[in-house]
Amino acid sequence: MTRGEIEADVIAILARQLLLAPAEIAPDAGIDALGLDSLGKAEAIFALEERFDITVPFNANEPDQPEFDFTSVNSIVRGVEELIARKAG
Amino acid sequence: MRRVVVTGIGTVNALALDVPGTFNAFREGRCGIGPLGFRDADRLTIRIGAEVRDWRAEEHFAAKDLPLLDRVTQYALMAGAEAMAMAGLPDGIGARGGVILGTAAGGIQTWEDSYRAVFAEGRNRVSPLVVPRLMHNAPASHLSIRHGLSGPVLAVSSACASANHAMGLAVQQIRMGSADVMLTGGAEAMLCFGGVKAWEGLRVLAPDACRPFSLGRKGMVIGDGAGVLVFEAEDHARARGAFVLAEVAGFGMSADAADIVAPGGDGAARAMRAALADAGLSQTDIGYINAHGTGTLANDRAESAAILQVFGANPPPVSSTKAMHGHAIGATGALEAMACILALTEGVLPPTLGFQASDPDCPLDVIPDGARVARVEAVLSNAFAFGGLNAVLAFRRA
Repeated sequence: MTRGEIEADVIAILARQLLLAPAEIAPDAGIDALGLDSLGKAEAIFALEERFDITVPFNANEPDQPEFDFTSVNSIVRGVEELIARKAG
Repeated sequence: MRRVVVTGIGTVNALALDVPGTFNAFREGRCGIGPLGFRDADRLTIRIGAEVRDWRAEEHFAAKDLPLLDRVTQYALMAGAEAMAMAGLPDGIGARGGVILGTAAGGIQTWEDSYRAVFAEGRNRVSPLVVPRLMHNAPASHLSIRHGLSGPVLAVSSACASANHAMGLAVQQIRMGSADVMLTGGAEAMLCFGGVKAWEGLRVLAPDACRPFSLGRKGMVIGDGAGVLVFEAEDHARARGAFVLAEVAGFGMSADAADIVAPGGDGAARAMRAALADAGLSQTDIGYINAHGTGTLANDRAESAAILQVFGANPPPVSSTKAMHGHAIGATGALEAMACILALTEGVLPPTLGFQASDPDCPLDVIPDGARVARVEAVLSNAFAFGGLNAVLAFRRA
């Protein structure tokens, strides 16, 4: 998958959670600023795992999330890219 | 109004299969958390829990009874037998006795085994005993049958507050005069593949250890077990010369009516205040709080704020025994009632294990360095559940 395809899918997943149109979510948007709550985050991660067939190492109790950066659309796309690459490797 | 006292206690949990062993573990600060050993645990991301180790049901139950007993009921019956033996009640309590028991997941292992049989293994039928095994009231009903208690009997299910709600309702039955004796508490056996898999999705389970109120905590660790207490009208207990362990002085409950999972608002503080008021206790009477203290970022922060709101800048010592017996969900309040009874009867406050460093959001004395000796007159036991449900009990020295 290209980065653009991953980004489009990540945005589509977030848009479904946030009840927004994909066009309303910019690639540099912050997740908290978008208004995603903790349960929404858990659902979005589940959707990412199902969509890309990956396991996202995310624990809601670690605010700095050393293993997976969930702070912005861009950081999520980078994280998904890495996990896909790791799976292939 | 009739006072309510505790005249017997029993438990099965990850620390021990009885009360003396559990009290020893509380004194020693022993941890019951370890690698999960059940079927398909290797397919889980989270592989630790506080399982009841070396559980051999066939040693405790007749072969003819076992097909009817999910593990959740086995634990309840074992704990109930210990509690009833301690209480030494005369025969013939009958309709003046009842059972109100909490459980969150009931016979979840039975659901799992049955679904596995029909969906995964392609079988076309399941045991005819599936329904009576898995129903949430199975533990309460089996206790009622075993001990001949034919008054008010029911199950209470309010997630992590189930046992505290059950005990609170049991107190009310005795106060109202509907019963003289109530077996109460909670039982849970959620440590099976489906149970943990479901929790994993919420991303709140710790992969390594339970560290309530500590900086660096990574979440909760699930536990199994049961705690059963004999609640008795004080007049009834005194008249028969029973040994009284403690008084169940008060109960308070509230709902956040806000978020389905996130704690917040003033619900927790209102429940603590309600328990104090119901008990006729003031903040300064409380010498120990057994916290809900799950070890999640959100609970421990919100609970600390609620305790400070109710108790001011200098609250009493607080500990979460979940770092020892795990978060036994619908049974946890009953296991934590054991810790409260230990504090009141022996002056031993169990510690909070796993503590690494103070979290500025949790400015509490959490008894991090091992059990503490302190004479306490009264204690609170908190339980705050998903669904925004809060249930707090106040216990007082007998």
